[in-house]
Amino acid sequence: MNAYLNMELLRFTTAGSVDDGKSTLIGRLLFDTKSIFEDQLNQVKKSSDRKGLANPDLSLFTDGLKDERDQGITIDVAYRYFSTPKRKFIIADTPGHIQYTRNMITGASTANCALILIDARHGVVEQTCRHAIIASLLQIPHLIVCVNKMDLVNYQEDTFQKTKKDFERFSSKLDVTDIRFIPISALIGDNVTKRSEKMAWYEGSTLLYCLENLHIRSDHNHIDCRFPVQTVIRPKTKAYHDFRGYAGRIAGGVFKPGDEITILPSGFTSKIKTIDTLDGPLNEAFAPMSVTIQLTDDVDVSRGDMLVRSNNQADLNQDIEIMMCWLHNQEPNPKAKYIIRHTTSEAKAIIKNVRYKLDVNTLHRNIENLNIGMNDLARIQLRTTKPLLTDSYRKNRTTGSIILIDENTYETVAAGMII
Amino acid sequence: MSNYNLTHLDELENESIFILREVFAQFEHPCILFSGGKDSIVVTHLAKKAFHPAKIPFPLVHIDTGHNFPETIVFRDQIVSDLDVSLIVGMVQESINSGRSKEERGKNASRNALQTNTLLDTIELHHFDACVGGARRDEEKARAKERFFSHRDQFGQWDPKNQRPELWNIFNGKHHDGEHFRVFPLSNWTEIDVWQYILGEKIQIPSLYFAHERKVIRRNDTWLPLSEYIQLDEKEVPLQKKVRFRTLGDITITGGYESDADTLEKIVNEVATARQTERGNRADDKRSETSMEDRKKEGYF
Ligand SMILES: Nc1nc2c(ncn2[C@@H]2O[C@H](COP(=O)(O)OP(=O)(O)O)[C@@H](O)[C@H]2O)c(=O)[nH]1
Repeated sequence: MNAYLNMELLRFTTAGSVDDGKSTLIGRLLFDTKSIFEDQLNQVKKSSDRKGLANPDLSLFTDGLKDERDQGITIDVAYRYFSTPKRKFIIADTPGHIQYTRNMITGASTANCALILIDARHGVVEQTCRHAIIASLLQIPHLIVCVNKMDLVNYQEDTFQKTKKDFERFSSKLDVTDIRFIPISALIGDNVTKRSEKMAWYEGSTLLYCLENLHIRSDHNHIDCRFPVQTVIRPKTKAYHDFRGYAGRIAGGVFKPGDEITILPSGFTSKIKTIDTLDGPLNEAFAPMSVTIQLTDDVDVSRGDMLVRSNNQADLNQDIEIMMCWLHNQEPNPKAKYIIRHTTSEAKAIIKNVRYKLDVNTLHRNIENLNIGMNDLARIQLRTTKPLLTDSYRKNRTTGSIILIDENTYETVAAGMII
Repeated sequence: MSNYNLTHLDELENESIFILREVFAQFEHPCILFSGGKDSIVVTHLAKKAFHPAKIPFPLVHIDTGHNFPETIVFRDQIVSDLDVSLIVGMVQESINSGRSKEERGKNASRNALQTNTLLDTIELHHFDACVGGARRDEEKARAKERFFSHRDQFGQWDPKNQRPELWNIFNGKHHDGEHFRVFPLSNWTEIDVWQYILGEKIQIPSLYFAHERKVIRRNDTWLPLSEYIQLDEKEVPLQKKVRFRTLGDITITGGYESDADTLEKIVNEVATARQTERGNRADDKRSETSMEDRKKEGYF
């Protein structure tokens, strides 16, 4: 029980082309870690029987909505949960279908780790490159390449090594530092949670061991102090008559009472008086904690402002360079104003410049055809109606990301990573 | 706390508090849908944390089928008075009286599905633009794709194929008049997380969750509590059993099971080793493989 209380949280996403075995792999992880309940198992057994299958089809555990069950493909991001005594895992299960770059980006945006599946029979294909490029653009710190269906290639080391080489040749161009390769069979269970006896040549660890032991403590930025204010808390009760706290979630760095801080964009300076929670005041708070901060001075602070350390400030920016993914089936209108959301602040923005379109399969920069459609990635310059307090996405995923919202439909139409 | 590391429960708590504060900042008339079950109790507890030392800035809304466990109502009223928040009750009976909803007939009749109309009417009456609920993605497969901020059109309907993408921690709650959002701060929690958290935080929960003696009948593989709302056939004989409930819904559809878990520690252990999903004992989910999805599209919780 105490062990449970010391568990860490790991969020990962899965990517692969259709039929590479993603659903089977997730089903296998859930099944082998005993995360499947009897009634769920019975339902899957029933469905498998109906299809005339001898064994329960593990991929059915991750089946989502009715439409998809009818079409037999996953069409959106679905979230799955399982845990081992060491960690709790959140899987963002994203489809491998060609037109769904946006889903993978969505799933990848909060992930510490990405699993990329490759069918051992086909090796590295165009979509593998796409998935790796997206993972790198979204700065997922850890990448695990699972070469699946090893049972169909007689568990041969050569096949695995060739796929690994091909991937490495290509990934050297990417901005990912931690890449691992594991030969698996999701269907049979080799090297997923148990070591495979049929691949004695493989000396690395199983997928589950890897997931349990990735070093994730440094995945948050604990250097550059950033506190975007969400809302102001003023109880106006007798007991807390003068209480004025700024509620928010720390986006970077470590804050302590006594710290000199600057309030952006106003530039006023003050000191942290207390960091409050219902469980009492804290000596320090760091990303991603949600806290309430009181300052020693009575300064004007509201939602959208940011508290930073005076000697390390965010950029104040009205021209913002981003790598954008267009998420909507209606193309951007060159004249349109969009609502831009960045941390807790909001402004209007126009797309001032399309610098190039990025081919997600090859990293090629296309400057001839600058028409943007759904699922396209493009380097864009935005102009906003008021300055935003930004960092580069490489430095901080929270203060370095934005979304664009259509002014009329209010739909989320684009996601951007600040360069 | 060395190395600036959080446990998974800390991380979930921090995420949920962030969501609740976004609700407050982005909406004009938010509320918490409070069923008296453990999940809505945890949401309420997190709301207390999110706004401390101010009180929770949302009313609690209870959609009352009239077929409650009496314990649930006592518990609800106690929480409302402890937290000094306002309570809004939408009565399914009133929807029936006005002809808006029709009572189901037959032995397995329940008012569960009737909650949808009453809920939508209550939302409209009070102009709620955000309803915070305790649903979790691990509960049921239709919920696995639900967003934290889930858009509902003017008819309160959910369109699972046309959801707004949700990236990083940026939540888009923009809506037109008459539309609303359902918000689920516990999206990433699992059942065991909720129980561990209740234990760790010493959160009060209704006595029904603890093993207790009660008169029950055997129906549909579960122990249904005897109550004035349930029709017995000749073969059904009430028995005295020590049972507990894993979820709380209407007294007519919430099945208990035999258990000796009469402390939180024992419940946590029991849940950790459970081999059935918690909704396995809910008659409302057993009707068909997609019953939850169909209800959700129409505006159910
Ligand atoms: N032989 C073999 N078949 C596999 C393996 N993993 C998946 N499959 C099969 O490949 C097909 C596609 O798998 P599925 O999990 O649905 O792929 P997805 O489209 O990536 O989710 C199914 O028929 C699986 O049974 C494996 O490791 N070995």
